Order: sequence, then structure tokens, then C-alpha cells
Amino acid sequence: MSKYYLNYLDELESEAIFILREVWAQFQNPVILFSGGKDSILVTHLAKKAFYPAKIPFPLMHVDTGHNFPETIQFRDNIIKELGVNLIVGSVQESINDGRVAEEKGKNATRNALQITTLLDAIEANKVDCAIGGGRRDEEKARAKERFFSHRDDFGQWDPKNQRPELWNIFNGKHFQGEHFRAFPISNWTEMDVWNYIKRENIAIPSLYFAHEREVVWRQDTWIPNSEFLILEDHEEVVVKKIRFRTLGDITITGGDESEADTLEKIAAEVAGMRNTERGNRSDDKRSESAMEDRKRQGYF
Amino acid sequence: MLDNNQLLRFTTAGSVDDGKSTLIGRLLYDSKSIFEDQLQAIEKTSKKKGHDGVDLALFTDGLRDEREQGITIDVAYRYFTTPKRKFIIADTPGHIQYTRNMVTGASTANVATILIDARHGVIEQTKRHAFIASLLQIPHIIVCINKMDLVDYSEEVYNNIVRQFEDISSKMLVTDVRFIPMSALNGDNVVNKSENMPWYQGAPMLHTLETMHISSDINKVDARFPVQTVLRPQREGFIDYRGYAGRVASGIFRKGDEITVMPSGFTSKIKTIDTLKGELEEAYAPMSVSITLEDDIDISRGDMIVRSNNKPEALQDIEVMLCWLNNNPAKPRAKYTIKHTSNEQKAMIKEVVYKYNINTLDRIHDDNELNMNDICKVKIRTTKPLMVDSYRENRTTGSIILVDDSTNETVAAGMIV
Repeated sequence: MSKYYLNYLDELESEAIFILREVWAQFQNPVILFSGGKDSILVTHLAKKAFYPAKIPFPLMHVDTGHNFPETIQFRDNIIKELGVNLIVGSVQESINDGRVAEEKGKNATRNALQITTLLDAIEANKVDCAIGGGRRDEEKARAKERFFSHRDDFGQWDPKNQRPELWNIFNGKHFQGEHFRAFPISNWTEMDVWNYIKRENIAIPSLYFAHEREVVWRQDTWIPNSEFLILEDHEEVVVKKIRFRTLGDITITGGDESEADTLEKIAAEVAGMRNTERGNRSDDKRSESAMEDRKRQGYF
Repeated sequence: MLDNNQLLRFTTAGSVDDGKSTLIGRLLYDSKSIFEDQLQAIEKTSKKKGHDGVDLALFTDGLRDEREQGITIDVAYRYFTTPKRKFIIADTPGHIQYTRNMVTGASTANVATILIDARHGVIEQTKRHAFIASLLQIPHIIVCINKMDLVDYSEEVYNNIVRQFEDISSKMLVTDVRFIPMSALNGDNVVNKSENMPWYQGAPMLHTLETMHISSDINKVDARFPVQTVLRPQREGFIDYRGYAGRVASGIFRKGDEITVMPSGFTSKIKTIDTLKGELEEAYAPMSVSITLEDDIDISRGDMIVRSNNKPEALQDIEVMLCWLNNNPAKPRAKYTIKHTSNEQKAMIKEVVYKYNINTLDRIHDDNELNMNDICKVKIRTTKPLMVDSYRENRTTGSIILVDDSTNETVAAGMIV
């Protein structure tokens, strides 16, 4: 009987498909939070598998900060067309225009925290009762405590001290009017698992993940891409480097690494040898020891 | 990593004093699963706290409150990979007031690791941890006899503790128990074999975790397929397609198998087993697939497809070992929502048969109150039959949770006797 077991990637895949189907069965109006990063692309790919031969039965939702890599938006539009699903866009620029949020000031200002309001507004406006995300427990210590089915109160807030216990494979998505859930089908995947799976399944990802020549500026120990949003300091200089991005966030805060990895094989090999965590280059997480926990409590992804 | 590498889930129960965090830190550190920036952050904190060297226990730091109080409250999940396997650690607190968190962490584990301080031997807490492992039917137990450096790496101390543990475990339902003498602080027998204990002939902990046989942990005999949802694509090429989506809970299903749908009792044959990658000849636990049948019958979420020659019981009255998880005690004869696989019904706790004193493991017969962390045997009646196996036979079709409809919270977890 020894052949009747799954390898680790197949088991992770099967678990994620199970979660996605539970979401569909237990909620009225779920969406996939799609940022154009590898993790949300992976979740979308797994959703394709979960409902085949039917289409993915719910829309993708993009919280658009306006500070995008142009490549990400192109990629998003292509995938929407290919899957034949709807796209909901929540715009941070509109939230700013409407006076719902105020832009941060200064050199290291980002729109990262502003996304929370836009996200929660979009969830409310579209009556979303479950937002599926690509969060992983290995990313960050607050995320290590996250449930597969994670409850949010009617202000969209997370209460990490009062989470519902999750036992076996039984998930409880019951909620009252106005509350919603976040679901994390790839909770148990590590960065390495994601890359090994993308390689195995040959999943299309934005070109930004592959090594390419780009104008960048050295700031906060990483290469920040040059863009119309970047305000240069006197001592800073724009140079061209061959870099790749390990994660994709806003163009203003996502640092790249110098790299020669221009194929999935090379990326997987490079990630296997990495000695720093992937969020190490994200200035949004460097602000304090509990930066992620604090944002998550308020309703962040 | 090789393509046939498996995933092993293990749980660690213990408190800071047992060296649990140090053990996990040591496993991650010595297997090179810790990144430079994590290490630097911890070196900084260690220095700030005035420790010599790196305090490995800091790797398991979690939420702000936990950091401030220096304790683990909730289950935290940690990951590491070796060339042989991928590991998921469910890191749980060890004190009695967190029994519910231990039960949660144990529910999906292949292996339970139980930590014993070599200076103290088997204590009340050890008994409780062993009891929870046996109650949740974790297939393998590794007893880590830690802090051997503080008892001069004495073989006699080790042998005594092994005997003490076997004394208590002989009264429980545990099958595969292994003992490892170690010093997590110094790294003896965690990843690397100890030079201080040549008398120990066994393997270090990591090697044990990498090589233990876990393929038989899932029931391969009783074919059970709880239907999660029905797939009706209604698009070109699939106009009449009606697929039952689910994850095989146990056993093996093959194309052409004669099946029965529970609870309706309708029978049919498996026509296809589908995935995005193509049709399969067979599907086994824990694969997620879509099954189509030869006949058009009415099936929906909550139904279970089983092989016709091997059916679960359809019961409305079940006996359950229940762990109460919620701050609010159980209300006598109150109704709850019971969730079992993809099925959901209303249920009532009719009777508390007995309750455990989880320190002494004595049964208490005259106490009907169910408070947080209590473990007890109860009788439950449901509005409609559930298709159940005993938990001992089948972890998926033998487990339930109770949800309080007034709060929507998960208030209890149960194992069908």
C-alpha cells in the first residue's frame, strides 16, 4: 500500500483546494484578493483547480494603490481575460480624493497603510463576506497565528487573542451581518514551497520576478526602483542594475535584489540559498517589531 | 527536495521551563531553517535582555502580548524543511489553562513530542500531555527527556524516566512511543548525535522525524468521500457535467466502483474521477477531486459517497469525548450546531456521562458542568443522522465540532466513541 501517499506539494495543493471549496460552500459572496504578486497568483491557480471544469465562481478584487508596477497591471488584466471572471477594483486614489484617508508625508511616505480603508470600503460596498488572501504563516510572526478561516468584526478588525479554534478539517465560517472572514488557503506553504510549485506547474508570473535591467536607487539597504513617485535625496543616484524582486508590493516600497536568475529553475535555486526572509526588503514591515500585527488588527491583508 | 518527500505535522506541548522553545529554536537553527535577518533580530534582543550568546527560545516569539509576558498563548505554526521531509510544527502552550490549545494543535498531528525535564521526571503535566495525545489518537509519540546536561547525562536517570512514562502510558491508547535523551540547550541528540551519551543507541530527534513511517497514519480501508459542493459548469463541452467536489477522507475510490450515497441510500457507479490535469483511475486520501457518477441522482453538500460494501453508521445518538473550548460554559440541554465533515445539523447535549480530572485522569461522575478546558464523555442527539465512524478508526469521519448559534463561536471539539 506504500504508493498511496501524497508528496508534500500535492498535500499542500489538496489542502488549499479543500479550503477554497469550503469558502465557496459556506459564504454567499467571496472574492480573491489579487495583488498581482506570486502568492495571489498561486491562490488563483489553485481556485482554477478547485472548481474545474467550472470557472472560478467568484470575482477577483484588487486594491489599487495607484503606485503600481505597470507590469503588474498588465498581468492582472491578462489573467482576468483568460479566466473569464470579474474584477473589482478598490482605488486608494479615490479614497484620498473622497477624503476618507490622508496621504502620508515625507520621503519614506507610502500608501501601504491607506490600503486598509480602501479594502474595507470595497468589502462593504460589494457585500463581500469572505476575502480570500495569499497570506502565509511563515511570512511573519503575527501571520504565524492566523487561522485558515479568520474572523473579522463589523469594523473589519482582527482580534488575535480571541480566535476561533480550528480543529481537524472542520471550518466554521458562521458570522453575523456586517462581519466578514478572511480565508488563507496557502497558510501552510513556505516561500520555497510556492516557488517549487510554480516551477512544477509552470505557472505564469509577472516578468518582475525574473532578473532584468532596471533603474534603481540604493535606499534602506535595498534597490528601490525608480518611478514617477520616487523623491530623490541629494546624495542618491539612479543607476541601472540587473535585479529581480522577491515580493511585489507598491513600487515605492518594494526593494529588489541583484540577481542573474532569469528562469524559474534559477529562481528556485536562488531562493533555496537565500539567507534573509522575503519581507526583509519591505520597508512596511521594518517600521516596528509589531508593524504587521498592528496593521492586521486594523483590517490589513 | 525529492518529489516523493512527505509532509509531517508534529505538535509540541510544553511551557517555557521545559525548554520547549529552546528545542524548537535548536531544530530550526541546526537544520539551517533560520534566516540571517531573523537571527540578527534575536541576537539584538538577547543582548538587550542580557543573555550570553543567542537565546534560541526567542525564535518562537509571537504576538505582542506573548512577547511581553514571555509565554505562548495561542497555537503558532512553524515550518522547516530538510532534504528528506517538510515539517509543520504546531507549537502549543503546556499549562492546564491552555488544554484547548493543545487539543487544537494535536488534532492534525502525525507526531506528538512530549517534553520532560530530566531533573523532575514524569510530572502531572507529562501525564496530561500524554493523555491528550492518546485522546486525539496521534499515531506517534516522541518523549524528549530534556536537560540531560543538568543530570550529568546519566543513563540511570534516563532509564528511570522511561519506566515512569511507560507506567502511565500503559493505561492509555498509545502505540508507537520513542524516547530520546537530549539537551536542547547544547544541541545533544536534537539534530546531531550526542557525544555525551554514548550509551544511547537510538537516533537523534531530527533523524527520527525524518524517517518514521507515516504513510499508514491515514485509514486506507474505509472509502469515505464527503461532498463539499456540486460542480455544474454549464459551459461548452461540459453542458451536462455534474461533478461532486470533495476531499477523500479515507480509503481509495476507483473508476467503476459501486458506491452508495448516504444518507439517501441511492447506489450508482463511479464514472470519472476528474482534476484540472486530467482524469484519474483512482483517488485516495487526502486527495481533492471531482467525482461523476453513472446515474443522475440528487446529491448535495453534506452527503457522503462511500463504497457499497463498506458503509459508516448513520446515527442520531452518538457518544462523544468532548473538549470544551469556550469561556461560556455549556448550557444544560441547549441546542448547538454540530459540524461533521461537510454536514451540519442541530444537536443537543443530552447527558454528561463522566468528566475527567485531567491531572489525575480520574473519572468524575457527579459533575455535569462543562467549563473551558474540560474533557468529558457526553451523549449527543442530532436532528438528522450523521454518517459516522469511530474516531479511533477514522479521524475525519469520527470528529465533530459544536458551534453556539448565539455567538457563532466554535465552543467544543468532539471525538466519536
